[in-house]
Amino acid sequence: MSAEGWIAACSADDVNPEDVTEFEHDGRSFAIYRSPKNEYFATDGSCTHENFPLADGFVMDDIIECAKHNGRFNYRTGKAMGAPACIDLKTYPAKVENGTVFIKID
Amino acid sequence: MGVEFTPRDYSLIGPESRRAVERGLATATWYSCPIPRKRLKELMQRRDGPAIRDTIIWFAAFAVTGGLGYLAWGTWWAVPCFIAYGALYGSSSDSRWHECGHGTAFKTRWMNDVIYQIACFMVLREPTPWRWSHARHHTDTAIVGRDPEIAVPRPPDIAGILMSIFILKSGPKEIKRILMHCFGKLHPEEREYIPASEYPRVFRTARIWVAIWLAVGVACFAAGSILPAMYVGILPSVYGGWLYLVFGLTQHAGLAEDVLDHRLNARTVYMNPVLRFLYWNMNYHVEHHMFPMIPYHALPALHEEMKAYSPTPYRGLLDAYREIIPTLLKQVKDPTYHVVRKLPDGAPAYDIAEPKSKLAAA
Repeated sequence: MSAEGWIAACSADDVNPEDVTEFEHDGRSFAIYRSPKNEYFATDGSCTHENFPLADGFVMDDIIECAKHNGRFNYRTGKAMGAPACIDLKTYPAKVENGTVFIKID
Repeated sequence: MGVEFTPRDYSLIGPESRRAVERGLATATWYSCPIPRKRLKELMQRRDGPAIRDTIIWFAAFAVTGGLGYLAWGTWWAVPCFIAYGALYGSSSDSRWHECGHGTAFKTRWMNDVIYQIACFMVLREPTPWRWSHARHHTDTAIVGRDPEIAVPRPPDIAGILMSIFILKSGPKEIKRILMHCFGKLHPEEREYIPASEYPRVFRTARIWVAIWLAVGVACFAAGSILPAMYVGILPSVYGGWLYLVFGLTQHAGLAEDVLDHRLNARTVYMNPVLRFLYWNMNYHVEHHMFPMIPYHALPALHEEMKAYSPTPYRGLLDAYREIIPTLLKQVKDPTYHVVRKLPDGAPAYDIAEPKSKLAAA
């Protein structure tokens, strides 16, 4: 971890455009997203509905859909888009430097 | 002579519910066929086209059968017209309810929402309670004490199944709950899977539905005929529910309970294109349960990907019912009996001895 709290999560190429991958750190799971415009975002790794891993889910535009119950969230803001996803996802700052995705965990 | 058996408690608030948690069967990790992520992504792609096309055909079929029924009213020719209209209304609406509830039928969200609301009303399932009930069904498919949608608890209630031809078993229960919701009350089981934040939505929808039913009643009174009620409201759900029963029983009836592998507790049944249109490919039920984010129009392709790992599909409804009927009759005397689906040689099996439950771990 850097002095500013940024953590190297994965290589930028580890995530395909409009897709998601999982990153584990210190016993916690995070989901790293690459938008269709090649921007990177990070949220908690599990769906707030029943804790299924979001990395198995489906990314469509700005939305991540949980693979188990189709709960949907906006991964940019973490906002839950309706039942069965009713509790927002926690989001984390993400950036890319020298081909590596960094996220800032509080 | 029947087998000694203590009937299991299928309610969600009884001892079986706690037992499922203790055994690691609740909110567990299920077997999943090893399909490459890249291929899954291709299959998960959403499109509006297929569902728009199918919905136009669906509404056109309502117009044709309903229109002919109107013209033939008062003659025997009205009977086949309303049999067809009813099957569209009370049965094919089940698959529309289902697919749009998952939000996968259309790419555009509002289209899923609109058809979901319409189909819910037709199939007599309240949108909010059933959305949550179905989420639980996917979490804990055929886990006793956890799944609120086990269609045939053991021992099977054969009379109840026959009554379901005209939804005479589930219908009164649904209507009773809708009336309860009208008065701002929920069944204790519903509190198990519906979050409190959703309660106002449940009550509001129930009141709208009852208002529509009353309006249909007034229309019948004004017209001096039951004809309006043949088209909208409870009646077509009742006289048109028979095909849903035919389809629905194939999904899980007679198969294993308390296993964490959809290949063992669900059926895939081949059907002709007409039936697949009415059922929106839900005959690929193993596939749907294992990968619920894949839209109905991609299920045949998913089926091809899963074939090597899955039991032999049933050749048709007759093939499925040749197994289901004797199994249910046998379960009346021996509720421990169930069909054991054979996995292909070499196909990986789920380690039932070590279920991984998020609830048990918590």
